[in-house]
Amino acid sequence: MMIEALIAVALVGALVTFVAPNRIAGKLAFAISLVPAALSLWLFAAFDGSGNALLDGELAFESRAAWLEIGDYSISWFVGLDGISLPLVVLTTILCTLAIVSSWTPIDDRESQFYGLILFIEASLIGVFAALDFFLWFVFWEAVLIPMYLLIGIWGGPRRKYAAIKFFVYTNVASLVMFGSFITLVFGLGDSVTSFALPEIATAMVNGGPEGFFGLGGTTLASVVFIGMFLGFAVKVPIVPFHTWLPDAHVEAPTPASILLAGVLLKMGTYALLRFNFTMFPDQVETYAIPIAAIAVLSVIYGAMLALAQTDLKRIVAYSSVSSMGYVILGLVAYTQFGVGGATFQMVSHGLISGLMFMAVGVIYNATHTRMVTDMSGMADRMPIAVGVLIAGAFGYMGLPLMSGFAAEYFIFFGAFGSDLLSYSPLFTSLAMFGIVIVAGYLLFALQRTVFGPYRLETDYEVGRAPMHDVASMVVLLGLIIALGVAPDLIFDMITDAIDPILERGGDL
Amino acid sequence: MAVLEFPDWMALAPALILAGTALVLFLIDSIDPHSTNRTLLSGTAVAGSLSSLAVAVWYTVAGVGATGIENYGVIDVMNGQFVVDQLALYFMIIIATVTALVTVASHDYLRDHTYQAEYYSLVILAATGMSMIAASNSLVTIFIALELTSLPSYALVAILKDNRGSVEAGLKYFLIGALSSAIFVYGISLVYGATGSLQLEAIATNLGAAGEMGGLLGLGILMLIGGIAFKTASVPFHFWAPEAYEGAPAPISAFLSSASKAAGFVLAFRVFTTAFPIDATADVIGVDWTLAFAILAIVTMTLGNFAAATQENVKRMLAYSSIGHAGYVLIGLAALSADGGELVMGAAMMHLLVYGFMNTGAFLFVGLAEHWGVGRTFEDYNGLAERAPFACGAMAIFMFSLAGVPPFGGFWSKYLLYTETINAAADNTILLVLAAALVINSALSLYYYSRLVKALWIEESILDRDSLAQPTGLYAAIIAAAVMTVVILPAFGPIADAALEAAAAVVA
Repeated sequence: MMIEALIAVALVGALVTFVAPNRIAGKLAFAISLVPAALSLWLFAAFDGSGNALLDGELAFESRAAWLEIGDYSISWFVGLDGISLPLVVLTTILCTLAIVSSWTPIDDRESQFYGLILFIEASLIGVFAALDFFLWFVFWEAVLIPMYLLIGIWGGPRRKYAAIKFFVYTNVASLVMFGSFITLVFGLGDSVTSFALPEIATAMVNGGPEGFFGLGGTTLASVVFIGMFLGFAVKVPIVPFHTWLPDAHVEAPTPASILLAGVLLKMGTYALLRFNFTMFPDQVETYAIPIAAIAVLSVIYGAMLALAQTDLKRIVAYSSVSSMGYVILGLVAYTQFGVGGATFQMVSHGLISGLMFMAVGVIYNATHTRMVTDMSGMADRMPIAVGVLIAGAFGYMGLPLMSGFAAEYFIFFGAFGSDLLSYSPLFTSLAMFGIVIVAGYLLFALQRTVFGPYRLETDYEVGRAPMHDVASMVVLLGLIIALGVAPDLIFDMITDAIDPILERGGDL
Repeated sequence: MAVLEFPDWMALAPALILAGTALVLFLIDSIDPHSTNRTLLSGTAVAGSLSSLAVAVWYTVAGVGATGIENYGVIDVMNGQFVVDQLALYFMIIIATVTALVTVASHDYLRDHTYQAEYYSLVILAATGMSMIAASNSLVTIFIALELTSLPSYALVAILKDNRGSVEAGLKYFLIGALSSAIFVYGISLVYGATGSLQLEAIATNLGAAGEMGGLLGLGILMLIGGIAFKTASVPFHFWAPEAYEGAPAPISAFLSSASKAAGFVLAFRVFTTAFPIDATADVIGVDWTLAFAILAIVTMTLGNFAAATQENVKRMLAYSSIGHAGYVLIGLAALSADGGELVMGAAMMHLLVYGFMNTGAFLFVGLAEHWGVGRTFEDYNGLAERAPFACGAMAIFMFSLAGVPPFGGFWSKYLLYTETINAAADNTILLVLAAALVINSALSLYYYSRLVKALWIEESILDRDSLAQPTGLYAAIIAAAVMTVVILPAFGPIADAALEAAAAVVA
């Protein structure tokens, strides 16, 4: 019942915060969010699962209750955690707490609604990572959309309405495509499947896959579904060329929403790719490995080039997510222990690092009211701590050893180089590695112009040090980044434990 | 009705209670004419509709009219002129629910209105007619019940006598209604001419004898479809709907677009499943009538959605969106030719129930906005959420539910409709087109539904509104509808089962 408790605390907390007076909403939401954060850390300590949730693994904190019977299929409340989902749940609860803290300074309008929505997103995100029934999962998956739409639309920047609508329409259409594909698969699997439980569907895929539907043969159907779901998730990730909603949403979103968007929401896409496409369809992964890897490399290079061309600090960080997610896809398609494990590790690591970067940019923006690289110079003089964290985060992005970004990228490249499934894997890997050079390029370029040199920002007010609570939350994130960089085994063991069954199934281990 | 030890006519109790309530309202009015005791009048109407609802739910749960259980079975009343089965009870539940919501909300809406008692008795009389339609089993009783529904509706649309829009809408509704009644009754006479009977089962039995009059029968069926299309606001008889809904008082728009539409559909379900079995009818007239409904469904949902997307007026947008939803429900009839078609019809019924909550709620919110005196366009709704977060939260739920976004009720009923259609499409590939049209239209509808959410929640307020009144009745009805739209999720299983079983029993 622990997962239910996590979700319930966040959900009830959201309602309580929604009706609380604006004055206390921020502190109240923070206090409430400490409960799921602490609970999830306890879950992490008490974790005793093994194997993969979808492939006969031993789930931790599993609970299942019959819910609905619709037609020939039953839907159940079915949640549980394995080594892939647990780190992401912990990431969610921690980032949500920190996002709430970092909202204290910038949010000064309709606070109770704002914090209520953040807690609602937290509940939905935990649900996405914990749900093991397709329907339950889809409900949580879509439930994330509405509050994020409102967060961007109400508290965002000048072009917030456009960005919010674009975000909503893009991701919702993608969800529909994905939903339709998956339902088709379930029908195609015929009588062997009687419920929407993901383990049951994965098992049916192991035992021969779909029989066919409407004159489509089983293999064709599997390919159609694979591509449909891949496209659906690609928008969420986002992968070039479906990435255009991301910079708009990021730049217009208020800082806390950006933190959650980059830190957790993008991971929903890669998590779903891993759970559905890469776990259930090993044959299709093999067939389409080269195009997928090509898209991954394209995302890495193109995203980095776009970031290089930006002058808005927040846009730079936003586009860098596109290339980081490209690494994840490359790791997944490599289909080796280090590749897929590294991809999962990168999901967590990127969540922490991009959260930190957005936080630092937000703190600088709160103080200076500008994000343009060209306006700023010598920020290190005025905001030494915030700038120090920004630099540390940037180094994490570039893959400085002993920070989590290094471990993640090393695992991915190591795994991708030795991939048996992906032909020409050394070529793809070395192309992707070139992305690191560009990343280092644009980050150093931006830092050099904003942070160093003489201070020359023209404002009417004093630009001073960052508030304590912002610094504190950045330090927490930095600590986690270093901890994971120094000791990747903290989570990498449980990740590989959950990933090995996938690779065994694909015949690569 | 062996089970409950009541005389058979008591099975019609949900409709009879409504009729009795209307009489009580007349009594109150005759004792104290021009009474403005709103609490007494709306209280009586609400109590009547809630008792009707309670009895209908009780009957459904107790298995009255259910087939397949020993000693139970469809109950004939008046020699088969009326039947009470699970289908009838299911729709009586929908109608009573909507009536209760509408009468609660009217308490505040009618505050300064002169004709209070008349208003409530007309609403309850129309609801009685709708309940009678659900149980009618002969073309004569159907026609009488239909007119009992329609005549009060015309008056209700025009009841804001000082409002030109209202009177004009009433006139338009009345003229088109009279025309479609004429078409419908002409259709009935043709069917009678061809088969020699009016009772639905008897029509089915006599179909074979209609051999040489196949053309006549076909024309009759087409005219019946026309009458149904009017009542359900489906293309090509949909023109009245935006005008009537826009001009009518908002609670009446809610009433017409939810309850009256449900009544129109139960009429279609009943007549076409009982009187015109597909194969036998196709032998006589040479065409499969489900084809007509398939075409109607696609045209109706597409036209409704596209028209809704271009509206500037919120009430008109809702009116066109309700035409779009009629298109979704028509899939239930279009699918009957295929194996598993009864499940599609059940899913369509399920959608009507959920629609009863979300659409009524949406129109009542418009009523609340009219009560506040804000304008009617999207711009006038800008920034209302700052002043009334709860009502606007409820409205956001209705909009996302109508668009079919999880986790709200509208998603579940659309999902059920979609999957059952896909399942049945293995038999009849035209259903694949219908399922695709359903999904594409749902995706499109998100645009205009989210536009309203955007206006309420995201746009800046254009007027300086310090405080907005919080009328209890309207608020209670809106919040109740919103809660039901959400709560349907955990309760979905049993309700869906009831709908699917009711549909299966009629089709079999």
